[in-house]
Amino acid sequence: MYDVIVIGAGVIGGCVARELARYKAKVLVLDKENDVGNVTSMANSAIVHSGYDPKPGTNKAKYNVLGNKMYDLLTKELDVEFKRIGSLTCATNEEELEIIKSFVSRANDNGVEVKILNQEETRKIEPFVSDSVVGSLYAPSAGIINPFELCVGLFENALDNGVELLLNEEVVSIERLTNRFVVRTKDKEFETRVVVNAAGLYSDKIAKMVGIDYFNITPRKGEYFVLDHFEKPFVSHVIFPVPSEKGKGILVTPTTHNNYLLGPSSEFVEDKSDLSTDKPTLDNVRVNASKLVKNIPFNYIIRQFSGLRATGSTHDFIIDERDGFITLGGIESPGLASAPAIGKEAVRLVNSVLHLETNPYFNPFRRKVIRLKKMSIEERNDLIKQDPSFGHIVCRCEGVSEGEVVDCIRRNAGARTIKGVKKRCRPGFGKCQGGFCEPLIMEILARELNLDPLNVRYDSVKSYILQSETKEGDK
Amino acid sequence: MKEYDLVVVGGGSAGLAASIAAYEDGVKSILLLEKEKFLGGILLQCIHNGFGLHEFNEQLAGPEYAQRFVDKFMSYGIEYKVDTMVLGINEDKSIIYSNKEDGYSIVKAKAIIMSTGCSERTRGAIAIPGSRPSGILTAGLAQRYLNIDGYLVGKRVFILGSGDIGLIMARRMTLEGAKVLGVAELMPYSNGLNRNIVQCLHDFDIPLYLSHTVSNIIGKDHLEKIVVSKVDDKMNFIEGSEMEFEVDTLLLSVGLLPSNVLLEDMGMEMSSTRGPKVNEMMETCKEGIFACGNSLHVHDLVDFVTKEGREAGKGASRYLKGLVTRNEECLECVAGDGISYVIPQYVHVSNVDDNVEFKFRVRSPMENKKIVIKINDQVIKSVVKLHLLPAEMETVVVKKGEFTSNNGKLVIEVEER
Ligand SMILES: Cc1cc2nc3c(=O)[nH]c(=O)nc-3n(C[C@H](O)[C@H](O)[C@H](O)COP(=O)(O)OP(=O)(O)OC[C@H]3O[C@@H](n4cnc5c(N)ncnc54)[C@H](O)[C@@H]3O)c2cc1C
Ligand SMILES: Cc1cc2nc3c(=O)[nH]c(=O)nc-3n(C[C@H](O)[C@H](O)[C@H](O)COP(=O)(O)OP(=O)(O)OC[C@H]3O[C@@H](n4cnc5c(N)ncnc54)[C@H](O)[C@@H]3O)c2cc1C
Repeated sequence: MYDVIVIGAGVIGGCVARELARYKAKVLVLDKENDVGNVTSMANSAIVHSGYDPKPGTNKAKYNVLGNKMYDLLTKELDVEFKRIGSLTCATNEEELEIIKSFVSRANDNGVEVKILNQEETRKIEPFVSDSVVGSLYAPSAGIINPFELCVGLFENALDNGVELLLNEEVVSIERLTNRFVVRTKDKEFETRVVVNAAGLYSDKIAKMVGIDYFNITPRKGEYFVLDHFEKPFVSHVIFPVPSEKGKGILVTPTTHNNYLLGPSSEFVEDKSDLSTDKPTLDNVRVNASKLVKNIPFNYIIRQFSGLRATGSTHDFIIDERDGFITLGGIESPGLASAPAIGKEAVRLVNSVLHLETNPYFNPFRRKVIRLKKMSIEERNDLIKQDPSFGHIVCRCEGVSEGEVVDCIRRNAGARTIKGVKKRCRPGFGKCQGGFCEPLIMEILARELNLDPLNVRYDSVKSYILQSETKEGDK
Repeated sequence: MKEYDLVVVGGGSAGLAASIAAYEDGVKSILLLEKEKFLGGILLQCIHNGFGLHEFNEQLAGPEYAQRFVDKFMSYGIEYKVDTMVLGINEDKSIIYSNKEDGYSIVKAKAIIMSTGCSERTRGAIAIPGSRPSGILTAGLAQRYLNIDGYLVGKRVFILGSGDIGLIMARRMTLEGAKVLGVAELMPYSNGLNRNIVQCLHDFDIPLYLSHTVSNIIGKDHLEKIVVSKVDDKMNFIEGSEMEFEVDTLLLSVGLLPSNVLLEDMGMEMSSTRGPKVNEMMETCKEGIFACGNSLHVHDLVDFVTKEGREAGKGASRYLKGLVTRNEECLECVAGDGISYVIPQYVHVSNVDDNVEFKFRVRSPMENKKIVIKINDQVIKSVVKLHLLPAEMETVVVKKGEFTSNNGKLVIEVEER
């Protein structure tokens, strides 16, 4: 019998699981995917929003502002890349200028520091905004984060502290018994006293399994371009247009690895698994991004992707507890920014049912990530002396060594797939998109996990790369 | 810090030829650095034949061709390191590399030759719409899995792009028992060599769809289906022209891009070929740093890569011996009507030994035209060409005596006969 089962290993499930690890509790996380943080939490703008724009009094406003403040400590403990680079919401005409000015009082209500900058001041701190930008709302507390590393770090630390994780387990039914639940997947069942529903796009479906049906989730797609990193200077803040009902609009931002994101679009779709991209939408992203930022080097585009916002019918985050069933639903943007605060609140709700004792052995720190690129020559060579595989660079585009790949496989909640390695230490994220390094990563995964290369997967269990051997018997 | 006269970065055909030429010209202190386990470069995975017609007057397989140069290189005892990644080049020509034995190290060089080859354009670079399952990969990666590692990536294959690697892979996968359903090419003409169209597609009844491209990708985990559409002259999909193909593999052969991260990191400006600009001895704008092979511009025939490598090797040797005659006077060489690029981009006539071989490509297929070379608007040479294809690099040799000026602009263009 588990104390708590968390359904969903996204950033929300991760924050809940790690927060629960602070208590003496038997906790299990279930996810249908082949890796943690593999759905919406890996396909977003990766911005820790300041929280100036959600309507005061909403859950979005409350948890965004609280969550934002928690990121300094959280990313330090988990050794996750995070930079408070500040955001500029840019007005391109007088009318928009009036709108951003009106946001100042909203920001004050939410307790967020902002400043209106005129054209000159805007240009001074961000020379790359387009000539039509007449002023901006500057929010210094906005930051950018590595969302892949965040999810991995949360789960690694949760697992280090005793939480259990099962992947490739899709919850298909939940039965409510007196003071407990039976959670069933395709061929397993688990008993638990409390369920936390952190199933993102499917949080409505999971809620309906126990008869909670007052909300629905409609997926809203956002498509992006990714630009490669380059030496020349380019935007150094998150650049937003003026927000509308449709959301925060198409933005331009650097990532924690000096790539750049252009997007997202905003389109309701029917299928909760439709992550396709299309030309008209991306053409529109191009046009809109160019309105905000000038001279975008489109020839550095290396990839397109899309993510699905879990837009709830109540238009706010749904956070409630009913007889031991805790729903965290409709967590669309600013869900990432809010996640640490939502995790804390969820555990408060768990405690209102279970009254857990604190875990005196909880260690909030994750073992430091090895980042060769950030080391001095001496540090690198010390490491290579201990383990020569850190001298063997396997990814030319991102400068990643064999040792780093091995390390990300050997950790708790470690990489199991080509994409898992890519999310953790970047080979395949660069210009060649894996063209050079994929065979090397495959070789390392096969060796470390004791797999036949034919069984190494790109991502899901069905996403094979090699289909058959050609020279059978030759080996 | 160890110091060499010459450090060569990349041990493919270009780097090998360059090292050998420099050695034969008297440079004895050479170090070649290669990131892979073996010397030879991309040729090691090109197991088909057709290499060496110009160099050796015979048809060799890729690894055989490479081996001839590796053997020669070894016979000279030139120093080299494999499994060694070059990570950076400093202004003072020191080179940062990393490997298991030496760790993160720096060597100094008096001259450097860059021969780092090219990479393949990916799905992301050309923004193919649709979902993102596995089963979509570049033709060169599939070639490596097949020819080096011994694995087939799929059994029902479609190929996007009619570049040579795609064409070669159409035949190769067919011979391994896969069914290749077709090749789609965005342009109204093929980007591969004619002999490859005939020997790899026609001979196996594989259809080539010109002015077509992939307009949608369908598949959740692994590729299930693609949609191919015809495009109009503005490259927009034509509605109603869709054809569906149930395939498990889509190979991309949509172009190669010179790999020059190391030079770009130094702040060097790249030309329209995505390679550095060079002068008559393949020297870049940074004195003593030379470039050749696919990292300078993408070649269709390795024989020409070897030749260019030699030029760079000789250039570096000349530079090291202090034989370069440099003065302010310089011709800037540019692509005129109908031409997409010209190499070299600069010629110091005073420094020309014998002649300069200009390399260029036409923008679109043409027949029965004149290639005209002008210096400061005055025609100095014209050559008749019956067939011109973008897929085939053209050359014209200009002798030292034919240069009518040391200064100004040299233009290469296509004219009517
Ligand atoms: C385009 C876009 C841009 C965004 N930009 C930002 C931003 O810049 N800043 C910000 O703060 N927020 C942003 N967001 C929002 C943010 O990404 C999300 O709020 C956050 O990732 C939600 O996390 P989650 O854990 O709830 O969902 P998910 O990451 O989707 O996790 C839910 C998990 O539940 C699992 N699951 C579902 N059903 C089942 C089942 N039956 N059994 C087992 N497991 C199941 C899924 O596999 C998944 O792993 C953006 C979102 C989108 C789409
Ligand atoms: C996939 C493919 C198939 C081809 N097929 C044919 C064909 O059928 N017929 C034909 O005539 N021509 C063919 N060509 C063209 C011709 O063979 C090549 O153009 C030629 O071999 C290129 O030689 P190169 O030395 O310029 O590049 P490569 O052979 O690519 O050599 C570059 C070398 O540099 C190394 N390197 C790169 N970066 C670094 C670094 N940072 N540190 C250390 N080492 C580095 C690489 O590992 C590589 O070994 C093909 C080319 C490709 C790419």
